[in-house]
Amino acid sequence: MAGPIKAKFVEKEHAIVDGVDISGHWNRMFEQRVITEYTPELIEKIADLPNAESFANCYQCAKCVAVCPVDVVGNYGPRKLYRYAQTGMDLTEAPELWLCTTCANCLRVCPKEVNMVKIMPAAREEAILQGKFVPAELQQAFENTAKSGNPLGQPQRKRDAWIQSAGVPVPIIKDLGRKVSVLWYVGSYPSYHPRGIDAAAAAARIFNALGIDFAILGKEEKDDADSQRLAGEKGLFEMMTEQNIETFNKYEWDEMVVTGPHELNAFKNVYPKYGFERPVVHYSTFLARYLDQLKPLLKHSVKKKITYHDPCYLGRHNGEYEAPRKLLEAIPGVELVEMQRNRENGYCCGGGGGGMWMDSFTAKHTTMRLSEKRAMEAASTGANVLAVACPFEVSRFTDAVKSTGNEHVDVLDILELLDRSMRGEQ
Amino acid sequence: MNIVVAIKHIPSIADDLPVKGNNVDFDSVDFVLNECDEHSIEQAVLVKEAVGGTVTVIGVDMIGELDNALHLALAKGADKAVKITGDDPAADSHMQAKWLAEAIKGMGANIVFAGVQASNDLDGQIGPMIAAYLDMPYIGGVSSVEATGDSATVNKEFAGGVGAKYSVSMPLVAGVQVCVKPPRYAPMSKVRQMAQTATIEKVAPSGDSSSGLVFKKMAPPVVTGHAEMIEGSSKEVAKKIVELLKSKGLA
Ligand code: SF4
Ligand code: SF4
Repeated sequence: MAGPIKAKFVEKEHAIVDGVDISGHWNRMFEQRVITEYTPELIEKIADLPNAESFANCYQCAKCVAVCPVDVVGNYGPRKLYRYAQTGMDLTEAPELWLCTTCANCLRVCPKEVNMVKIMPAAREEAILQGKFVPAELQQAFENTAKSGNPLGQPQRKRDAWIQSAGVPVPIIKDLGRKVSVLWYVGSYPSYHPRGIDAAAAAARIFNALGIDFAILGKEEKDDADSQRLAGEKGLFEMMTEQNIETFNKYEWDEMVVTGPHELNAFKNVYPKYGFERPVVHYSTFLARYLDQLKPLLKHSVKKKITYHDPCYLGRHNGEYEAPRKLLEAIPGVELVEMQRNRENGYCCGGGGGGMWMDSFTAKHTTMRLSEKRAMEAASTGANVLAVACPFEVSRFTDAVKSTGNEHVDVLDILELLDRSMRGEQ
Repeated sequence: MNIVVAIKHIPSIADDLPVKGNNVDFDSVDFVLNECDEHSIEQAVLVKEAVGGTVTVIGVDMIGELDNALHLALAKGADKAVKITGDDPAADSHMQAKWLAEAIKGMGANIVFAGVQASNDLDGQIGPMIAAYLDMPYIGGVSSVEATGDSATVNKEFAGGVGAKYSVSMPLVAGVQVCVKPPRYAPMSKVRQMAQTATIEKVAPSGDSSSGLVFKKMAPPVVTGHAEMIEGSSKEVAKKIVELLKSKGLA
């Protein structure tokens, strides 16, 4: 454990709680019971931070540990963090601060509503503001976002360069100069990452085939920075939020469709606090509404055994489990199989909460990557396609199937699978 | 201790460098802080934290966007920011060195830090020229500085991993190659706070100098060959690499 041991625990012969001597004869079996008292400073240090109050609620039932994805490859979970703090760990200085992916599986089962999705960003922000250790890769992603408007550090003016690979018109709302029904927020990874671009191009073709009146923001689009917020950079998030809301409100549109679940979470759940309340949906929810029109377009059979990975920020955080499955089931030839951990209990890919930019750091504190664990689980179903619906996941899982010797499993976005069925294998 | 950091704003190479006429198309390129200068700022702040004093960051404003870099420096621990209103994106490092030296002259600096070179021209002259104009000793390739009283212990790096420790009397100019610690992270809330509250002193450029170099032509490099990507599973790739090495007589 990093950091100086500040808390101490003392053994006592007697302890009086609410006026009752709990070390009394009625409360021991054969001999004087050892009473241990801990100093609560390091727990309070976290629980005193705004939004992190629930850290102190933990009553050590350990339900969370059983579902924490990090515990599967390491030693983790809110219960353990509480216990570490009780026995001397200053969370703001410990490597444990950076391991939580804010996947929210612990919150789902915790009887005391200990909420890591709020605790972690608060504790991380405190560490950042105090100039404590911040993993170098994460720092780079923050700096890239501030400088270039995206965590990859790609130039802003190339944000719409991907359009060329779509082969169909992708209108920019500024050039269009009129109201559209759908503003499609493409996202940083679909705009710049080669595998993300594949999904963006597929989405463009699907929207065109369905005759959707859409446009994108093009060079005006900037990162949502939600994962940067969860990784502790609230100031950066707020700066991006102000810029984004201004851009979004510059144009007339009825509904926003986002490629990524993290953007959905930002725009739908967090932006209202900053005054932006307009309809936002994930592409899977949006396309599921068009199933009747979509089905006749899915002409080519995709003979694949597919397993679907629930993104934490689409599933647990936003309650969308069925739309992605409906889309996959609509593709002729597809056999859909489930992994053992699915839907509400889906296993995190490790990319959330800034994990996307901390892989080398996390690797030092876990036995394997979360994405690798999940890739192995996917392979064990016998599937030859791992379908995803989050732009973080394609690159993560593509690496993970390779590093775990499961190259035979193709990692494809649902958009790419729909596109394949529409156009046939290209 | 009175510490001054001379910084340089340069065209970003995150994107392809657009060319217009005989020079970079400065209108369609982003400007960023030179990387060695990020280390130079960190080294300056570390010295201040060790012995006390003030850090003044100064740079030539090439395109009217230097404020961002200065706010970042302030958020990282600098105390004062000064910009020389050059407004000439093509001002070369000799010109900048002259302007910087003139502005730094009256500051009573004990140490002037400058990045050892900038990635746009790899000229490496700003530090030495400031030293010459101000009649101070210069030491380049610096990888750490410890200041004590009126002298400093400076680590200088040479090629091939060789380093040497120098004791240098102050005032001095140090060309920082790399800071002893990676540059710290400045939280955006601090940077924005600086942007709202800090005042940046403006100084008009004074003096004239030139490297004497004339740009006759500038063009992106011509691509002559391509790297070959070896496709396949790790086993197939390994096999192909072995074959390739054998065919070249290397294995
Ligand atoms: S489930 Fe909640 S109360 Fe139980 S140990 Fe975990 S954090 Fe504590
Ligand atoms: S949010 Fe997820 S990763 Fe974090 S402690 Fe809870 S279960 Fe573990």
